[in-house]
Amino acid sequence: MTEIWHGLVKAVELIISFDPEVMQIAGRSLMIAVSSAVIGSVICIPIASFIHFNRFRGKRFLVSLIQTFYSVPTVAVGLFVFVFISSAGPLGGLGIVFTPPAIVVGQVILITPILLGLTISALSGVDRAILDTARSLGAGGRQMAVLVVKEARFAVVAAVIMGFGRAISELGISLMVGGNIRGFTRVITTAISLETSKGDIELAMALGIILIFIALVVNILMNRIQQR
Amino acid sequence: MPLIETRDLWQRWDGEDILKNINLRVERGEIFALIGPTGAGKTTLLRLIDMLDTPAAGKVFFDGADVNASEKIRLEMRRRISFVLQKPVVFNTSVYDNVACGLRWRGMSSRRVREKVDDILETVGLTGYKNRNARTLSGGEVQRVAVARAIAVQPEVLLLDEPTANLDPVSASKIEELIADVIKRGTITVIMATHDMSQGQRLADRIGVLVNGEMVQSGDPREIFASPGNRQVAEFVGMENIIDGVVTSNEGEMAAIDINGRIIEAVTEYDVGEEVSVCMRPEDVTVALAKLSSSARNCLAGNITWTVSAGPLCRVEIDCGFPMVALVTIRSAGEMGLKKGTQVYATFKAVSIHVIRRH
Repeated sequence: MTEIWHGLVKAVELIISFDPEVMQIAGRSLMIAVSSAVIGSVICIPIASFIHFNRFRGKRFLVSLIQTFYSVPTVAVGLFVFVFISSAGPLGGLGIVFTPPAIVVGQVILITPILLGLTISALSGVDRAILDTARSLGAGGRQMAVLVVKEARFAVVAAVIMGFGRAISELGISLMVGGNIRGFTRVITTAISLETSKGDIELAMALGIILIFIALVVNILMNRIQQR
Repeated sequence: MPLIETRDLWQRWDGEDILKNINLRVERGEIFALIGPTGAGKTTLLRLIDMLDTPAAGKVFFDGADVNASEKIRLEMRRRISFVLQKPVVFNTSVYDNVACGLRWRGMSSRRVREKVDDILETVGLTGYKNRNARTLSGGEVQRVAVARAIAVQPEVLLLDEPTANLDPVSASKIEELIADVIKRGTITVIMATHDMSQGQRLADRIGVLVNGEMVQSGDPREIFASPGNRQVAEFVGMENIIDGVVTSNEGEMAAIDINGRIIEAVTEYDVGEEVSVCMRPEDVTVALAKLSSSARNCLAGNITWTVSAGPLCRVEIDCGFPMVALVTIRSAGEMGLKKGTQVYATFKAVSIHVIRRH
């Protein structure tokens, strides 16, 4: 028990003294997860709008398939990305294995189902009367899509934040395709995992607290947005 | 060539016919009111005219062209029409952007949009609300934004679905004034759905009565008001007294009609033996304590069964062998001491009676 208390005190010390290593790891984690969320959104919001605004065969099936992948295991994505980008893999020539971009690629794949699925449901939440009004005022297909995304903007942002949350808290991908290289690809989750197994509880705890703090901020943001 | 024409138009939902064989022609510049009770199909018809839905059968023509065309052509046509929906919704953005959207979608430059929107906002009295989020407005203000948004694009046709329903009387009259202004100002064609007969009378050149998906009568407002074609229309235009009887004699269109053994005289062309309904407005019935010596041909004695005040008027229900409703001013009701059980004489002219044939 004293060990835990001691660890906690040390952890808080590390945070309030802006320990360079802790700050660097936390900063990198944020950087990578934000990149993943932004790139994922740029790809997924238009695709989600396309799926929502077009009628085609198998649309329902596609949407349930997307929802099924909400909880895809991170290690499965890690493995999948790894076999493609490892030096022997088909995209090995890119040479991105064990680099931050590799983690971003993996995280984008990981959060794509969440971004697509939640954006689609955000768009379906827009009142039919809004669509009728827009059409009656002479909106064309694309003008309509832009309007609906704008109308659903809070729910869409909530989807992006969810995606970010999943990206920053995952371990499998960062470990498998990032390699947990100190000062290069080490992020909060991989550092916690490593330091804990090494017995350096204080550093692990400090990073854990930061991760929980980030989760808290994200949650507050989500609530704020959803209350609008 | 009519600007809007429907030919044998049907609409069906869940196996139920919502519109049955609608043939409507609205000329350019005409103000046409679609009246009818809730659920008659007015909204459905407007939605078909605005090309928001596809009919189950039949055709809609806009400016001579079949609207059943590619989405591109339909969009071009739709951009010449504006539709104010029954329960208007505003986009979750400023009042200014709400009014501007239709103009922007038509590719108008931002400078001209600004001039236009400022102008329209002034017309509808919402200048001070320009930067407010439209979702924070009251019902009447939302309706004004909806009308502003619709007229901003200078449509050739304005479709209005119950523009004053769900509004308090003050907001309703403001909206009606606004619509009247728009009508007066330009050569706009208007098709408005309303369940308010008097609104139709005030604004329209021509009225069509829609009941249960059928256009049962259309014509001049005065004609519809005075000579409804059937019982449903009669009820709708405020003929509160609709009493069944049989024609017993008819000489030179002055007929005697037997109603439960009481004879009343009315002007009609129906022959002896014809089963008819006698329609009369309560305001055309005069109530007196003694038999009046007037030119009115009908004077029936009866007992009051019920009285109730409605604004400046008193509604009196009389049993004269059949139930009849009359309206008298509160003041004369008080002077005569009208109450339940009072014996009175109901007097009405033969010409104030409208006779329709029963089927």
